[in-house]
Amino acid sequence: MSHGPATQWKENKTLEKKKARLGVVMFIIYTIVYAGFIYINVWDSQLMRVAVGDLNVAIVYGFALIVLALILAIIYNHICTKAEKLTEVSGKR
Amino acid sequence: MNYSVSPGAVAIFICFVISVLFISFYFARKTKSATDYYAAGGSIHWSVNGIAFAGDYLSAASFLGICGMIATYGFDGFLYAIGYLAGWIVALFVVAEPMKRLGKYTFTDALDSKFNSKGIKLLGAVSTLLVSMFYLIPQMVGAGSLVTPLLGLPFEAGVVMVGVIVIAIVATAGMASTTYVQFFKGALLITFSLILTFLVLSRGLSTSPDKVDAPYHNLIVLKVSSISDTSVKLEDSSYQVIKVIKSKTKSYVKLSKDNVESIWTINAPKNILEETETITALPNGSKLYNGEPKENNKFFQVGTVSQIDGQIPTGATAVTSGSLNPFSLIAKISNSTVTRWGHEDIKDGDNHITVYYQNPTSGKDILSPGLKYKVDPAKGATSTNRFDFVSLMLALFLGTASLPHVLIRYYTVPSPSAARKSTLVAITAMAVFYILTLYMGLGAMTGGVLDLTNDNMAAPLLAKSIGIAIFAMISAIAFSTVLGTVSGLIVAASGAIAHDLMDRFFNLKLTDKKKVYAGKVTAVVVGCIAMALGILFKTMNVTVLVGWAFAIAAAANFPSIIMILFWKKTTAAGVIGSILVGLIASLGIVLFSQDTYSNVYRLVGVTAPFAFSNPALVGVPLSFITLIVISLFTYKDSNIKAVSGVVS
Repeated sequence: MSHGPATQWKENKTLEKKKARLGVVMFIIYTIVYAGFIYINVWDSQLMRVAVGDLNVAIVYGFALIVLALILAIIYNHICTKAEKLTEVSGKR
Repeated sequence: MNYSVSPGAVAIFICFVISVLFISFYFARKTKSATDYYAAGGSIHWSVNGIAFAGDYLSAASFLGICGMIATYGFDGFLYAIGYLAGWIVALFVVAEPMKRLGKYTFTDALDSKFNSKGIKLLGAVSTLLVSMFYLIPQMVGAGSLVTPLLGLPFEAGVVMVGVIVIAIVATAGMASTTYVQFFKGALLITFSLILTFLVLSRGLSTSPDKVDAPYHNLIVLKVSSISDTSVKLEDSSYQVIKVIKSKTKSYVKLSKDNVESIWTINAPKNILEETETITALPNGSKLYNGEPKENNKFFQVGTVSQIDGQIPTGATAVTSGSLNPFSLIAKISNSTVTRWGHEDIKDGDNHITVYYQNPTSGKDILSPGLKYKVDPAKGATSTNRFDFVSLMLALFLGTASLPHVLIRYYTVPSPSAARKSTLVAITAMAVFYILTLYMGLGAMTGGVLDLTNDNMAAPLLAKSIGIAIFAMISAIAFSTVLGTVSGLIVAASGAIAHDLMDRFFNLKLTDKKKVYAGKVTAVVVGCIAMALGILFKTMNVTVLVGWAFAIAAAANFPSIIMILFWKKTTAAGVIGSILVGLIASLGIVLFSQDTYSNVYRLVGVTAPFAFSNPALVGVPLSFITLIVISLFTYKDSNIKAVSGVVS
């Protein structure tokens, strides 16, 4: 049997490469922030107890990791969607 | 504790099941081709798929497990929420679009897209089946343990019920009905978690929480008039002192009142005795809860703040905080002391007693890491403890994007960009949910709702203390949570057997129709195996198994996915080696770790070959190295050949 994708869509190698590169860059950014969290947990856990306003570093960093995931995801999707639209337009010309 | 069954919960659950089955039969008529069955025709809208991702991923372990862990250990439970969500970043940035572009029905398709290798097909399918099974068992065990408190049925009935309903969902319409079941479950779970969090915040904190289901048991304190090493005299003469029992760390006093025996801890500095809860196993096999048979309902729910902002309750007047917001709740807990509970097994003659004793913990400790995972060397953490912790966080981070039942959801949408958008929706929904788990967990910790014998029940019991309607809803959702995740896993497993193995590995050349039929039959078989394993592993700790599934997925699948996408020299032999080494290393470490020896095989005093229990930190690098080394040896560069051909 054929082994193609289930549904066809327009392929665009340069666009794919650009999206993949952006994805890797954002993945590295997040990995560094996540690794920082684990590092503090393991090697400097007293820092986690330091107060930040009414909260502490552990709670703020933990929430920040969740919110950062969301923000990066929105930025990534926005840039990719925009790039896809641009290629669509230039493809039609 | 005893649970009374809520008729509302049963009614809501039955409604949910009926609508799920209705959806399944509706889609069954539309499910004709293999693409319909394995990938819902590739026609699911990305927004629906995104919520279905959440419904798929937020398993019983996420919902009940994390809330329960936060309620018991505070911030350390929240680490799971952070790790589980972080895994989705890997899925979005690295895996989502290529996975959709390269594959058709299964994750093995994507791995094999460049190679057409029999070995990859076989190993991909084996890895999918192993990971799915490790993930399935805890779900089935979860279903069985939920069904007793929620619907009043025995454990086995819960497992069989989930098995039968899920087989009906999957065998009728495959991925299409599975997707909609997960969509509804995901949407309901997030909505009602929001409502529950809102109610927790508006109730606020109290040293004697208001509960609608049963009044809070205010802990009794007995004043001591004199104390020596072997005897204690009390001011309250209605209690008779029987004897002092010493364990390695604590001193207890056994008292009797109205012919009921109880155990108390001695708080020598304050000259008081503090109440404990006990489960006594008698030589004849029966058990007493706080000195009485289970039916008497004397085993009370616990967990509350003992002081807020330094204010201690005086007499019958409780200290309360009033309504709070998401920030002030955390600030208040930080300035409070929470009564957590430790436990210890002691011997009293022929009786074995499990004593749950009060363990007042400052709010600052609860909101910082360290209560579950010992990583601070100042508090006696060894390098093995720290290694284990880093390894666990790595498995959560890399495991998500390697779970076969998550990956197959990328084939239900029409295009790579839809795959990306649905991942964004999933991240949004789950970010909200995981933040809510902190509030639900802390709410349960301080709401006087904890059942010390079952920490998985923290979230449903919290709902029960607030209102019977929300309890009915949360219970029904908790149960349907299992349905959604199990059906996803069964689709993944049946795809691995029918598509990867039968059709592609054994080259049976199934027609489209036969392939749907094969998928349905495998779904029934896998479902039955899952039921059997669920009953067999009844006593197994379920969160341990989920951890294994993540670690095995991360070591066996993640390196090959990444390298196929980003390293041109990856060869089929490299991929095969990497999956094999990842599987063997992670499974081997898990099966021969100290943790498994002591807690699963229950081998007392035997030293296992591996001191640590989380294999990701060893398995993932090993798997990467294997792939790179084998690929370098087997890679034939066509360019080099062409060039050397010209020169010669």
